Amino acid sequence: MAASSKKWLWGLLAAAFLVPLLRPVLPDIVSDYRLFLVSTMMIAAIAVLGLNLLTGFNGQISLGHGAFYAVGAYTAAVLMDQANWPYWATIPAAAIVCFIVGYLFGLPALKLEGHYLALATFALALAVPQILKYKWLEGLTGGVQGIVLNKPEVPFGLPMSEDQWLYYYVLIVMVLLYWGAANMLNSRSGRAMKAIRDYAIAADTMGIDTALYKTVTFGISAAYTGIAGALSASAIAFVAPDSFNIFLSIKFLIGLVVGGIGSLAGSVVGGIFYVLVDNSAQALSTFAKNDLGLQFDLSAYTVFGILLIVLMYLMPMGIVGGVYYLVQSMRSSMRGPQAQQQAATQKQHATR
Amino acid sequence: MITSRRGFVSGVSAAALLSVSRSAFAQKKYDDGATDKEIKIGHFCPYSGPASAYGVIGQAHQVFWKMVNDTGGINGRKVVFVTLDDGYSPPKSVEVTRQLVEQDKVLCLFNTLGTPTNTAIHKYVNQKKVPHLFVSTGASKWGKPKEFPWTMGFQPDYHTEGVIYAKHALKNTPDAKVAVLMQNDDYGKDYFEGFKDGLGKEAGRIVKHVTYEVTDPTVDSQVIQMKDSGANVFFNISTPKFAAQSIRKAAEIGWKPVQYLNNVSASVASVMKPAGFDNGQGILTAAYLKDPTDHQWDNDDEMKMWREYMTKFMPQANQADANYIFAYAVATMMRETLKKCGDNLTRENVMRQAANFQNFRIPLLLPGINVSTSPTDFYPIQAVQLSRFKGETWELFGEVMHAESS
Repeated sequence: MAASSKKWLWGLLAAAFLVPLLRPVLPDIVSDYRLFLVSTMMIAAIAVLGLNLLTGFNGQISLGHGAFYAVGAYTAAVLMDQANWPYWATIPAAAIVCFIVGYLFGLPALKLEGHYLALATFALALAVPQILKYKWLEGLTGGVQGIVLNKPEVPFGLPMSEDQWLYYYVLIVMVLLYWGAANMLNSRSGRAMKAIRDYAIAADTMGIDTALYKTVTFGISAAYTGIAGALSASAIAFVAPDSFNIFLSIKFLIGLVVGGIGSLAGSVVGGIFYVLVDNSAQALSTFAKNDLGLQFDLSAYTVFGILLIVLMYLMPMGIVGGVYYLVQSMRSSMRGPQAQQQAATQKQHATR
Repeated sequence: MITSRRGFVSGVSAAALLSVSRSAFAQKKYDDGATDKEIKIGHFCPYSGPASAYGVIGQAHQVFWKMVNDTGGINGRKVVFVTLDDGYSPPKSVEVTRQLVEQDKVLCLFNTLGTPTNTAIHKYVNQKKVPHLFVSTGASKWGKPKEFPWTMGFQPDYHTEGVIYAKHALKNTPDAKVAVLMQNDDYGKDYFEGFKDGLGKEAGRIVKHVTYEVTDPTVDSQVIQMKDSGANVFFNISTPKFAAQSIRKAAEIGWKPVQYLNNVSASVASVMKPAGFDNGQGILTAAYLKDPTDHQWDNDDEMKMWREYMTKFMPQANQADANYIFAYAVATMMRETLKKCGDNLTRENVMRQAANFQNFRIPLLLPGINVSTSPTDFYPIQAVQLSRFKGETWELFGEVMHAESS
């Protein structure tokens, strides 16, 4: 099982690195626009990954990760615009700034549990766009006008288009971050994080410094989402307060729940899902109106909502959880009744 | 150089031949998005999300192009109008614009809506050399042919309008002390800058400047602050909801300044009525379109034709909504531009034709206001007429004012 999933992972990675090279051969299928779209999916995946570290693995709910995304994006944009930093150097800077902001926000958040924390982060998400418009910051942030940036240029004279390069740039960052997160979760600290999620008092008794772990997790989670924000500033080449409204935070949460809470692969699936569905929802709604002859307007948001409900009903554990369960039950039905019983107990365990 | 007669004649005929063959070539020239059968144009606006009230403009456009196709299209070509939802979110606008340009391969973009959203794609469309025409925002940055030769605005820009109010105030209220209520975004700032420019050396006459956020519930406290400042002129830069609130509040607390209301909120149905007709008497604004509630246009040919069109193609629409007037006027301008392109449907030619209107009449603009553009003038409409609220409608007065340049 473990060996085969590793093979899959390597295969997927190889495909991710090789397919864009087909652009000169198949310009219609591997087009610049599609590469750009996949880049935005990967950026979303990184942001969801950041939220997953906090919510999925540490049990703290955040409705305000759009705020950290905004801070990361603005850090990158201001550094590029005012200080002429190269775009790649803004990634660590955004990570550090967001880590500090996240850590500091995590301190008072220690006193807040569950729903209260969700509300506090919600307030943060509402406040950040307003703060970005604030008079005293206007010189830096450009106020409501935002900041117009340049797209990353292809380095070393490589024979690539801008979008191809952007794709590789984002892909490399994502792979590194994913690898980092996977290692962290497999370490002592990772187990401590999960222990706090499962039973905070027990974790405390075991000698885990829950306060430290919770705040640091908040910081790391914010840093991941901030990196995603910095990447998006490079990719979109424009930042404005309107880009970071409350819907952004909600979208991260949707991506998280749909992909699979507490699953790293689920974060990637969730990031891809929300960009994909967000884009196809409108196509679906016009399709329903024009081709199926629906009499009333079905707005894109309605389609999005219906899809979500159906998905949550069919796969309550998220896409990755659902697929995993499907594979398990298929295997056990091939093996016979004894294994089926085993799978049943496993299922019980999984749904708990 | 001596030219023999024969040489001259053959030269001329050769030139004629050449020009014929050239025009034969020129007769059908296409870029992405144009063929013998169709012309594809792209558009985005918020059909969903917090700004979805603007979605009616997109719906009106869809109906307009359907009407164009039903009545024979443009020079025998059908118009394929691709409109996408960007939810008023700049990153999404970039995404849908790239989809329109790179996947759907539209010939040009038309009337894309919103200031931040258009700012996000400004550079991209100019790099890609895609015409970005008649954008649905009045910021002054859309008319800069030198830096951005592929982007053109439509409506009178906010800056110019602000200048006009300031000049009028200086002339008619000699001891003017001005209070300004402003929405805190670039739309508000554009107006305010224009107003200050219009005051020129007299900018010190602004005794109070208060702002509000779009998300605020009311502007009551701002209005009270303005009254306390002792101002006798009130320049109201706000969107419909806040405009109605502030007009009503000013009347309630007995503040009676000379009021200038920005054109954005010059709607009888959504501003003056909720504010109370009594409270709004004498308010000044600048208009460039015919107001659908104004009875003086009841027998106007253009207005009658528009009402017929609306009744036939959009029977459910509220005809008191001035957004439909705007949509019809700007779409007509696009249709004329495409018509003028003839069979030369290249992006370059679309831009050349868009920048080549001389005093052209677009239906539903006020009498005396026409469209003029040139390769150095990318502001199609630059004239407004002041009007004063009287009874239950706006009453135009004075001359049509042309902004010299901006």
